[in-house]
Amino acid sequence: MSLRKFITNKTTAALAVLITVFANTSVFAQDAAAGAAAAPKVDMGEVYKSVIFYILVFLAVCLFIAIIGKAIKVYELSREAQGKPVGINWNRVHASLFALFLVIGLYGVYWEYTVHGAMLLPDAASEHGKKIDEMFNLTLIITTIVFVVTHILLFGFSYIYKYSAKRKAYYYPHNNTIEKIWTIVPALVLTVLVLMGFLTWRSIFFKVEDPNNKPLQIEVTSEQFKWSIRYPGADGIVGNKNYKLTTATNTLGIDFKDINSRDDEMADEMVLPVGKPVKLILTSKDVIHSFYMPHFRVQLNTVPGMRTIFEFTPTKTTAEMQQETNDPNFKYLFLCAKICGAGHYNMQKVVRVVSEAEYKTWIAEQKTYLNDDLRKQFNLPVAPAPVKSVADSAAKDSAAVKTNQMALNK
Amino acid sequence: MSTIALHDEHNHDHADHGHHKETLISKYIFSMDHKMIAKQFLITGIIMAVIAMGLSILFRIQLAWPDQNFPFLETFLGKWAEGGRIKPDFYLALVTIHGTIMVFFVLTAGLSGTFSNLLIPLQIGARDMASPFLNMLSYWFFFMACVIMMSSFFIQTGPASGGWTVYPPLSVVAKAMPGSGLGMTLWLISMVLFVASSLMGGINYVSTILNMRTKGMDLWKMPLTIWAFFLTAILGILSFPVLVAGVVLMVFDRSFGTSFYLSDIVMGTDILPNEGGSPILWQHLFWFLGHPEVYIVIMPALGISSEVISVNSRKPIFGYHAMVYSLIGITVLSFIVWGHHMFVTGMNPLLGGVFMITTLIIAVPSAVKTFNYLATLWRGNIRFTPAMLFAIGLVSFFISGGLTGIFLGNASLDINLHDTYFVVAHFHLVMGSAAIFGMLAGVYHWFPKMFGRMMNAKLGYLHFWLTFIAAYLVFFPLHFLGLDGVPRRYYAFTEFEFMKKWLTVNVFVTWAAIMAALAQVAFLFNFFYSIFKGKVSPQNPWESNTLEWTAPVEHLHGNWPGEIPTVYRWPYDYSKPGHDADFIPQTVPFSQTMSSNLPHDFEGNAEAEKIQQDWELANPVAESKG
Repeated sequence: MSLRKFITNKTTAALAVLITVFANTSVFAQDAAAGAAAAPKVDMGEVYKSVIFYILVFLAVCLFIAIIGKAIKVYELSREAQGKPVGINWNRVHASLFALFLVIGLYGVYWEYTVHGAMLLPDAASEHGKKIDEMFNLTLIITTIVFVVTHILLFGFSYIYKYSAKRKAYYYPHNNTIEKIWTIVPALVLTVLVLMGFLTWRSIFFKVEDPNNKPLQIEVTSEQFKWSIRYPGADGIVGNKNYKLTTATNTLGIDFKDINSRDDEMADEMVLPVGKPVKLILTSKDVIHSFYMPHFRVQLNTVPGMRTIFEFTPTKTTAEMQQETNDPNFKYLFLCAKICGAGHYNMQKVVRVVSEAEYKTWIAEQKTYLNDDLRKQFNLPVAPAPVKSVADSAAKDSAAVKTNQMALNK
Repeated sequence: MSTIALHDEHNHDHADHGHHKETLISKYIFSMDHKMIAKQFLITGIIMAVIAMGLSILFRIQLAWPDQNFPFLETFLGKWAEGGRIKPDFYLALVTIHGTIMVFFVLTAGLSGTFSNLLIPLQIGARDMASPFLNMLSYWFFFMACVIMMSSFFIQTGPASGGWTVYPPLSVVAKAMPGSGLGMTLWLISMVLFVASSLMGGINYVSTILNMRTKGMDLWKMPLTIWAFFLTAILGILSFPVLVAGVVLMVFDRSFGTSFYLSDIVMGTDILPNEGGSPILWQHLFWFLGHPEVYIVIMPALGISSEVISVNSRKPIFGYHAMVYSLIGITVLSFIVWGHHMFVTGMNPLLGGVFMITTLIIAVPSAVKTFNYLATLWRGNIRFTPAMLFAIGLVSFFISGGLTGIFLGNASLDINLHDTYFVVAHFHLVMGSAAIFGMLAGVYHWFPKMFGRMMNAKLGYLHFWLTFIAAYLVFFPLHFLGLDGVPRRYYAFTEFEFMKKWLTVNVFVTWAAIMAALAQVAFLFNFFYSIFKGKVSPQNPWESNTLEWTAPVEHLHGNWPGEIPTVYRWPYDYSKPGHDADFIPQTVPFSQTMSSNLPHDFEGNAEAEKIQQDWELANPVAESKG
């Protein structure tokens, strides 16, 4: 009855006519305009046509929903008029929908875990990364169990205890024993997770240095929107920097008065010898960036005015990883994970993990930051730096560790 | 001058506040009536939510089709989308303003502002807020904050675009990005006004709850909504001023050459003179507010859902005291967990360990709340009103999003998850979707109280199911992007080989987001249509116990004609055995419900217990029946 009224309604009809006319005329107008316009101008006709098409589809859907709504209303009113019980028991509808949602949802979660879950990062390629992965898996198992159980209860109760006029709810305001149990159990589970997390965290950031296997120092400097890598050179120490020394030729502001800086080498990519600890010294020139190496489970922000340090040991070479992932084009990389401006989405550098021997040949080919221009600037003799004795560099080593620790404290 | 005279006039009968002449302006614009202010907050909040949702659709389109042109975008956005492609700078502005509007303007002001204002006086039995004028000011400061924030879209350099957390130096150094110019200044001004608004509101809520409860309404008889609003207001009062302090320092750094957050900065080869500051300081100040802020967002939603779930399950909320204590626990703990946002910012790793412990402790009260909701549904008699559907949806989101918090709160897992899409998925479920669902539950539930009319239930059902499904379709897959190491706030995923496999997922997510956005049309139509044409509401449409449903449907300044009702019992006596109806309003004295009273009800009052015993002896039949 009211459905018929709705369809025959003059306003509705007029509106429909208006919309059709408007849509047609504007499409035709656009066509005409596009035809008349000069060649380089973008043909907007198609665009408006598609926009109007989508709007019309949406309006059609709205109309469809309105018609269904009216039909339901007609049905319910006619039931009422005939003195029959209510047509649609909405409580039962929703209860069933929740049950359906539970089943389909759980399947969806399973699908996500297996399909998208198979597209994730390969196993960690660093020593501490393995611990992080173990921690992750444990947390994932616990949370998945809780997730599934609570959702079964939530939607299951919604289904079972839907409204019925014959029933009265069970007056059950509290039960201290149950409440104590479900306070203590989560607390215990979380204690386990906290303890494990705490130990993992400590093992990552509070390392005892092995004197026989000193870490390789590499400094990474971020700026909008690129990374600069500095290898320490023969002395194994990355020399001092002072931002006030920054010029067009000395973009990192390296202080070449510091003898440790003079043999520092530049590199286009980060090459790491497998199995050797690496100490990353992270700094930033302009804004905060984040040094993020997902395959190694390494991330730390680079902060202007502060040195941040992350130590890790790569365990798989690039070639090994290419085999493991079955992808001959696989490359390790690091990227920026902290919003830093328009080019944030494309700040990457390739990381290559190679054998010790390959690393040695590669590093020998790298150029030093110090060039003849800079020698003049710093009043240094324009001649190759003398080779230092081993004892000399060892003494410097311990001094450098001290300065680094001070930097960390800052 | 005249205020004193006016006041005198009112002394003899507070009930007819409404008799002085109401003009259009005093009634609808500069209103001091808490109900009108609540509506103002709600409608402003809804408008801001629609805007912020629109922004999110824009950047979702960019993420789904990074290589495609959409010439109609240029029609609307002009130079920010030249050739129909959103520019990277504008993309970041969209992300930033979407976050700012949603967190502050929608889920703080729109949620707390609406429901605290509406429900506090009505549910505790007060004629109005403690300070109606401050209340009005609170709304207008909020409104100004909204206008200023939106105005930044109409300036040459565009809105602030350093992310909603506006980390310096990016947001301080104007050369770092266009948005850090005038747009950022407007952001800061808007924030100061917003915080002022929140503080005025918060002080008002706390003083009203503490001082103006009606006779019999002791703290342990307050509905959980009021407890939630009360603790939220306290959180806001204690944490928002810290943000202002941080903002003031930032204004100094930007405009007066100080170096609170800046040190050793070189833009290209341009060496800045600032020395001695630390960008980490801002992060500490920001997150000292920022973390309590997420509880400011979620606690009112939890309060609303407690009330809605109890009413519609026709059961008392399970563990009322535990619910209050867990809210208190969350309030206290939320002040000492802010460092978990900073595990990898270069903060001393020692602190990381400490913050991890406090963070995971806060999961305990959250778990208790979840279990109590489940226990409330157990053996209930559930009526699926639209409000109830949204409240159940909230519980589901709160579980899903809360559990992923256990990953992020763990410092060692956070190393690889920090600033990835895992974080985006996490907080959009637990804070975004859950809080929005709480807000929508509140709107559907208290719409009759606000406008005296009912919303269309069937459109509400449609709205719920579309939104609920779409929200999961949007946010669930995003977890996996994060686990694959895809960082957030990326303009496009085309530059990295390993991200390209997620492009199809992004297209799917964008379609789901568009579906969610279109579903809101059902709500908007329903909301505005029902204000004028909805079915007139009965006195107590949901058969609820709380005090607001004893006030007349027609609004009057002062809420109740005649005396304010007295409260005798807690608000959750649903389906009490021995009583004929399945609800007993708070205003019904125990003397009228002798057949259903329990020994526990008298809280050790010996005299009352004796009266009850005598009655039970005199009425053995009724006793056995109960």
